[in-house]
Amino acid sequence: MSDRLMVKAEGVHKNFGRVEVLKGIDLEVRPGEVMCVIGPSGSGKSTFLRCINHLEKVNAGKLWVDGELVGYRQKGDKLYELRDHEVAQKRREIGMVFQKFNLFPHMTALENVMEAPIQVKKEPRGEVRERAAELLRQVGLSDKAGNYPAQLSGGQQQRVAIARALAMKPKLMLFDEPTSALDPELVGDVLGVMRQLADEGMTMVVVTHEMGFAREVGDSLVFMDGGVVVEQGTPREVITDPQHERTKAFLAKVL
Amino acid sequence: MAGSTDSAPPRSEPIAAVPVRHPGRWVAAAVLLVLAAMVVHSLLTNPAWQWSVVGDYLFSGRVLGGLLVTAELTVLAMLIGVVGGVLIAVMRLSNNPIVSGVAWFYAWFFRGTPVLVQIIFWSFIGFLYPYLSLGIPFGPEFIFFDSNKLIPLFMGAVLGLGLNEAAYMSEIVRAGILSVDTGQTEAAEALGMTRTKIMTRIVLPQAMRVIIPPTGNETISMLKTTSLVAVVAGGDLFTEVQLIYGGNYKQIPLLVVASLWYLLFTSVLSVGQYYIERRYSRGTSVQAGGNVR
Repeated sequence: MSDRLMVKAEGVHKNFGRVEVLKGIDLEVRPGEVMCVIGPSGSGKSTFLRCINHLEKVNAGKLWVDGELVGYRQKGDKLYELRDHEVAQKRREIGMVFQKFNLFPHMTALENVMEAPIQVKKEPRGEVRERAAELLRQVGLSDKAGNYPAQLSGGQQQRVAIARALAMKPKLMLFDEPTSALDPELVGDVLGVMRQLADEGMTMVVVTHEMGFAREVGDSLVFMDGGVVVEQGTPREVITDPQHERTKAFLAKVL
Repeated sequence: MAGSTDSAPPRSEPIAAVPVRHPGRWVAAAVLLVLAAMVVHSLLTNPAWQWSVVGDYLFSGRVLGGLLVTAELTVLAMLIGVVGGVLIAVMRLSNNPIVSGVAWFYAWFFRGTPVLVQIIFWSFIGFLYPYLSLGIPFGPEFIFFDSNKLIPLFMGAVLGLGLNEAAYMSEIVRAGILSVDTGQTEAAEALGMTRTKIMTRIVLPQAMRVIIPPTGNETISMLKTTSLVAVVAGGDLFTEVQLIYGGNYKQIPLLVVASLWYLLFTSVLSVGQYYIERRYSRGTSVQAGGNVR
């Protein structure tokens, strides 16, 4: 147990077959912290994010969310794998936003937001509908509630996806390159919603290429490369005074 | 560009060119029209069609009774086919090698034997197993059923058609499930949905769009395949028609009667398919309106 950390990673390893994608990640995210993770593609940052809500199984090392081990239960010194429904239960408290939005195309924006609270938490429909409408209002899409995802722009879809994740009242939000699939002029709207969320005190781990967002909204910045954390600190430290050559080289390309 | 001048751009002359002629189209159309006229003419003038006999039997009680049985067979067999097909497809995609292996074997076996053989087989299951019982495997038995009472002829025909259909439907359903983007499952997992919920709420509704058109084909095909139950005197439309012309030797007009009813039913099914497809294509159109609430 670690005192009040939202996420704690200790020597997290992950390999796909023979390819080792994560080679020992140690990280800590405090409640209310906005941590941005940057790095070249293939550096393992998305994989690490997906390990946090157990979409990927960790091969070695340990990962805790809000003090609870991810994917396992510890009794004595033995680990027991969690059952599917137990894993599902823990995921309810972690919201995730994907690069490709992954909205449910057969449901309207409003239905997308209402789906999980009704189906998973069994909350009363009327209450959920009100909350979903309010969430859509917060992301600036009140007028699009009845539209299907195919009728929305990428930026609008991503904002619905954020509302959908928030409808489960998560204590932690994971963002996997949320603006990478968007046309440049649509990026701002999504970042605006994320900034607003950060201001409200949400704990967030954001894998991103948006250096501006990382600098202005992030509390901490992590640079990953080759499956390890190369450098971390406050955004100011990492961006203006990088210590490692690899960080310098990467920043020189993206800034 | 924004802030352009108010003056309209110079209007171009509309094109006035001689269109390309297509003499081949005219010839093809003329040939087909003549052929069609010949067919219609022969239908009306050849007395061997015996249209008055067709009229006599089209709405006769026996034909209508057979029609009802054909409809029942189609509905029940497709019900078994669709439910069984979904089950087999989900089993086939299971991580348990025994479960997926059994599903594979089922499809292999039922697709590999003629449906006609299966209909006869199930209808005469009583010869193979005179009674069926519930009990502990290889142990004591508690309840006994007389096979011939449990599976009468009609149910045998339904089983033969339905179990065979389930094998084909399982492949259709599996293709539908595999057509759904894995991101959908991930998003649902991330929301904390269980596997059953993900399948029923997220994956299958989207798979429907891929599943429905071939299922419509299967239903139309099934409607006509039910005519095979005539071999076990299944009492369907074709059985009745055969029995009637067996008595009065008016084969052609009675086959016309059967064909007209089959045609009507398939037409109705096609219309139904159109509406079901429209229902499940929700969200695929970029145009707002129509299906937006």
